[in-house]
Amino acid sequence: MLSKFQIFKIGFFDVAPHLLSVIPFGIIFGAIGIELGFDPIMTYATSLIIFGGASQIVFLQLLSGGASSLIAITSVGVINSRHLLYGAVLSEYLNKLSTIKKIFISYFIVDQGFAVSNIYFKKNKEQNFNHYHLLGSGITLWLCWQISTIIGIYLGSIVPESLGLKFAIPLTFIAIIINELRKLDHLIVMIVSGLAATFFYNAPLKSYILISPLIGLFSAYLIIKFKK
Amino acid sequence: MTWTSIFIAGFITYFTRMGMVTLIDKDIFNENFRKILNYVPSVVFPSIIFPGVLLDDYGSLVAITDPKIYGALTAIIIGYFSRNVILTIISGLASYWFLIFIF
Repeated sequence: MLSKFQIFKIGFFDVAPHLLSVIPFGIIFGAIGIELGFDPIMTYATSLIIFGGASQIVFLQLLSGGASSLIAITSVGVINSRHLLYGAVLSEYLNKLSTIKKIFISYFIVDQGFAVSNIYFKKNKEQNFNHYHLLGSGITLWLCWQISTIIGIYLGSIVPESLGLKFAIPLTFIAIIINELRKLDHLIVMIVSGLAATFFYNAPLKSYILISPLIGLFSAYLIIKFKK
Repeated sequence: MTWTSIFIAGFITYFTRMGMVTLIDKDIFNENFRKILNYVPSVVFPSIIFPGVLLDDYGSLVAITDPKIYGALTAIIIGYFSRNVILTIISGLASYWFLIFIF
C-alpha cells in the first residue's frame, strides 16, 4: 500500500511531462496581459483567482477590446464549463472524501491534471488516498502556472513569437489521449468532436468548447446504443 | 469594475470545478451515464487539438502545407508507437520547428 506522499509524488511525475506546454503557455499569458494594457497585479490575479489558461486570455482580450464585463464573464464560464464534465467523472473517485476536502481539491482540477489522475484512478480503484494523486498533479500545475505567469509578466518578451510555442498546447493534449486512438469507438468520437470544434470555432463566446464535447458525447451515446 | 469581473469569473470557474464533485451523488449515475462519462477525455481534448492545429489565430483554416499539420501528424505517429508523453510532445515540436526554420 502506497503512502499519501508516494501517491502525491506519482501525481507530480505523471504530470511533469505536460509542464513542457504549461510553462511556455503561462509565460505567453503573462506577456499578453501586459501587452493588452493590464497592470502586473491584475494580470497575475487572473491566474490566482480564475486559474484557467485559455479562458484568462479570452477574458483579458475581451475586456481590453471594449466588451462588457457580462460578455467577458460569460465567455469564461462557457470555456470552463468543460470542468463540469471532469467533475462528473472524478466524483466517482472522490465520493468518500469529506465536503471540506472536496471543496479544497476542486480548485486544482485542470485539464492535464484531470487527464493523468483519471488514468491513475481507473488503474488503482481499490487503493486508499488516491486523491493525493490529483493533489500532486494539480498543485504542480498550479505552482508552475503561477510562476510562469509572473515570468511572463516581467520577461515575456524574451520568448520569440516565431517559436510558435502555442503549438505545444495541442501537442500536449495529443500526448494525453494518444492511447485512446487504439480504440475504434474513441477514435470516432474524437474525430466527431474535433471536426465539430473546428466547424463551430467562430460561434459566439467561444461556445465551441461546450458545443463540440456535447456533440461528441451524443455520438458516444449512439455508439453505446449501437453496440447493444 | 475589472476587479469585480475577475472575482465573478473566478467564482464561476471554481463552481464549474467544485459543483459536480461536491454536489452530485455518484449513485444518481446509471450504467449508461457512466459509460458515456468514459468518453469525456476523448471529446474534450480533440475540441482543443483540432482548432489548435487546423485553424490560424483568426479562426480560418490553415493550408494543407502548414507545419502545424505535419507536427501534429508526427506527434501522433511517434506517440502511438512509443506511448511516451515527452517523446510525443518533443517530436511534434521538433518537426514543426524543422519545417519552419530549416526546411
